[in-house]
Amino acid sequence: MVRKLGDNSKSVVVIGAGIAGIQAALDLGDMGIKVYLVEKEPCIGGRMAQLDKTFPTLDCSICILAPKLSECYRHPNITLYTLAEVQKIEGSAGNFTVEVLKHPRYVKEGVCTNCGDCGSICPVRGVPNFFDADLVTQSAAQIAFPAAVPPVYRINPDVCLYLNYGICGLCYQNCGADAIDFTQKEEVIPVENVGAIIVATGVDLAENIHTLNVYGYQKYDNVVTAMEFERLICASGPQQGHLKTLTDGRTPKKIAFLQCIDSRNDRTQDYCSSVCCMYTTKEAMVAYEHDNELESYVFYIDLRAGGKGFQKFLLRGAEEYNIKYIKSKISHIEVDENQSPIITYENLESAEIKQMRFDLVVLATCIIPSLSNEKIAKILGIDLDKNRFIKTDPFFPIESSVPGIYTCGCAREPMDIPRSVAEASGAAARAAELVKGG
Amino acid sequence: MAKKEKKEEEEPRIGVFICHCGSNIGGFIDCKEVAERAKKLPHVVFTQDNLYTCSETGLAAIKKGIREHNLNRVVVASCTPRTHEPLFRACIEEEGLNPYLFNFVNIRDQDTWVHQKVPDKAFIKANDVVRMGVAKAEKLEPLDKIIVDVTPTALVIGGGVAGMTAALNLSNQGFETHLVEKDNRLGGRLNGLYKLFPKDQESSELLDALKKKVENNPRLKVYTSATVKNIEGFVGNYEIEVEQGKNIIPLKIGCIIVAVGTSLFTPEGYYGYDGEKRITQSQLEVKLKSGTLNENEIVMIQCVGARIEERKYCSNVCCMTALKNALIIKEKNPNTHITILFRDLYTPGSYYEEYYRKAREKGIVFIYYNPEKAPKVEKDTIKVFNEYIGEEISIPYDLLVLSVPLVANAENKALAQMLKVPLEENGFFLEAHVKLRPMDFATDGVYLSGSAKWPVDITESITQGYAAASRASTILSHNTLEVEGATSSLPEYNKALCTGCEVCITVCPYKAISKNEDDEIVITQVLCKGCGVCGATCSNHAIVIRHFTDEQIMAEIDAFGGK
Repeated sequence: MVRKLGDNSKSVVVIGAGIAGIQAALDLGDMGIKVYLVEKEPCIGGRMAQLDKTFPTLDCSICILAPKLSECYRHPNITLYTLAEVQKIEGSAGNFTVEVLKHPRYVKEGVCTNCGDCGSICPVRGVPNFFDADLVTQSAAQIAFPAAVPPVYRINPDVCLYLNYGICGLCYQNCGADAIDFTQKEEVIPVENVGAIIVATGVDLAENIHTLNVYGYQKYDNVVTAMEFERLICASGPQQGHLKTLTDGRTPKKIAFLQCIDSRNDRTQDYCSSVCCMYTTKEAMVAYEHDNELESYVFYIDLRAGGKGFQKFLLRGAEEYNIKYIKSKISHIEVDENQSPIITYENLESAEIKQMRFDLVVLATCIIPSLSNEKIAKILGIDLDKNRFIKTDPFFPIESSVPGIYTCGCAREPMDIPRSVAEASGAAARAAELVKGG
Repeated sequence: MAKKEKKEEEEPRIGVFICHCGSNIGGFIDCKEVAERAKKLPHVVFTQDNLYTCSETGLAAIKKGIREHNLNRVVVASCTPRTHEPLFRACIEEEGLNPYLFNFVNIRDQDTWVHQKVPDKAFIKANDVVRMGVAKAEKLEPLDKIIVDVTPTALVIGGGVAGMTAALNLSNQGFETHLVEKDNRLGGRLNGLYKLFPKDQESSELLDALKKKVENNPRLKVYTSATVKNIEGFVGNYEIEVEQGKNIIPLKIGCIIVAVGTSLFTPEGYYGYDGEKRITQSQLEVKLKSGTLNENEIVMIQCVGARIEERKYCSNVCCMTALKNALIIKEKNPNTHITILFRDLYTPGSYYEEYYRKAREKGIVFIYYNPEKAPKVEKDTIKVFNEYIGEEISIPYDLLVLSVPLVANAENKALAQMLKVPLEENGFFLEAHVKLRPMDFATDGVYLSGSAKWPVDITESITQGYAAASRASTILSHNTLEVEGATSSLPEYNKALCTGCEVCITVCPYKAISKNEDDEIVITQVLCKGCGVCGATCSNHAIVIRHFTDEQIMAEIDAFGGK
């Protein structure tokens, strides 16, 4: 039973349903405040849903996240709009009006049983699934992953034969629940009496804007990004967690992890991506758990591990998981006749130029601001910083440049999950002040 | 809830759901076969295997099972009750069943994960524990959750930046808030700092603005030179005693936020520390503030007393502190030579990395040192082995500044005991879950923020202050709360068995058991966490642990070993 505190009729709009947006929405919902959670993807969970395990506890990521996804979906105070974006706002702090544009899913939520019959009969094949870092393909009737929330399929309008050419319609005929609805149109949903807005747009990755050719990515098949590696070692990923090279299916025995890819770099992003030292160690640990003969080499500039239990985690990596840390700079990567990458590097401790051969190279690519930030900033009228993150002040870290619009997590700076969760609660607290009229 | 009562009086009709957990379980054992075998167990009328039982699809399958097969007991065999039991209980409750008619069987954490290398045996174990779980389910009894009132007030312990931020937010949300500070003034570590990175704004500017807001807030009461003396009660209903001078102030409090901050390590015995020529960053700030810095050859050493055997952690803020002070000195006197000896320079994110670049541009020299070849401090020079050129170099100095870590307060232990919350190995407070519950304690109603949890800078102290306030508000915004019903009890029919030996009072870690005026054992239900220690030690079996009764446990044992 929620206590009446003044006029609680005002709501909060949260943009982005990754772990930060979800936490902000849950806190506000639990305070008895109405929340509209707006997510541009077909499902919620963001980057965290894609991860295999999480540092420093090695908890299975989806296992600890899934209950929060469900809670969000079932929460009486949270209205979830997926495939949706904020397209317009009016008003000011304490009294915004927000217009949400909801794109058609072509499958009725609440009717779809998530059985997958539409996906199996659909003749369109080879549509990359972003959730599996594009390593797996789907049909045009798709769902990102089995535990996705909402548990509803979606017809991808870019590739669907019916929507583009008016032919096929097999899914419509095959659906036992009568959930397919090709007549769905874009819908504009006005949300009035909004007290505050929270921007939690999260991140994209360097590979989304850069070919990474200089590191051999897309040139050599045995050079993968950390997100691809994350999916490859994940039990629910394309190789069911049994790591194999992408060229000849060998089990890699020696893996190189290259740090600061496109970060701390004058030509690309000059900032530190904050989370790579830790997730690299985690990835090497998980890979070792699959194969105890594995040797991992981490090529780094500075090992940045300031969070709770992080140093201990790195020490454990070195002592128990056969991880060797080399303070170094990479010169270049080539491959031998077996497509095994050979790395030429300068060891910064001995000042020697050396070469080493590996079975697989993993690039710890930089976190970049969500590619949607520019558009959202324009709609909301908020400032971005020079890197295109939401601009904040170090001593007002949750406030955007517009009163009543708050931000949290990687939308404003690269950070790890615990910090994102904390900031999300923080943003909820600030929004609650406004909504409760304090 | 007529429907519910009807179901419970009937013969047990048990549904069993076996989760693949993707391939976490299904990758090692044949879940379909486990479900098949469960079908033959007594009272089981429906079984199913699901890819993810916790997904919306899985939950819908449970509900459908309850409806179509008229189930009145549900068993899920999957990951761990630690994260998922509340979800499944809520699920069956939505179908009108008492949530305690659900039983969780752990076949992932305690089976396929730990027996990965022997999947055949993991399969046998899964069948065993499912059989046991079904046997217990048959004996389950419906329980009622306990409902308690919530006092809409908060206590914040610690008046540093995290504590002040939390207290201000809660009072602005409309809750009466009490802020207790042991020092004679608010501000905590902000009082000792000169300027703050990365803006190089004076600490007093931020502090004065915060203090003004705190002092002018009508719902916020500040107690300086005060400490928390006693804490009784439980979530929503704490009785607190605050000691201020000779006065004891009693408070009725709904939630508590711990924001007691941290202490500075004193580097006695490290690098010739003497507090004069060889000082700490904090002592340097005092010199900078008073304008008494005249030295021109300055060397700073990072990780002094940190990232070593007895203190393994990185203290998070020292690299930025060193950069800040070096930049302030350079700004004032660009001819000063400053060398920073570091191991790994910690400037994560966009703001701090930019600050590091600025420091390099200003001509501050950074030299990496290997901890196995630590710098040697002589009277006027420091010798450090430069790995890059492969030889030892000498750096003259007239001021050596040591960057020392933040360490946990010595008083944390006493406070932790009073609050019944744990500390981690370094003496910092330990949160409920490192990843997803960073501001919570396992004990409901108590929250954590700032450097009391782990060394953090001002920015993070502020966000965490707000965050803890948010978490507390999720409780304080309610008139009443529901508390777990699986608790310990001394039923009327067992009272004659109790000899009054008081062993249960001694062993209870939550101080939930006491004796009343009639010398009878009383168990305060809302304090009890259902851990079962009292029941296990009660020599006469007078105490009954609800949901873990002797009868239920014996049924499990019988199912495992046969009668």
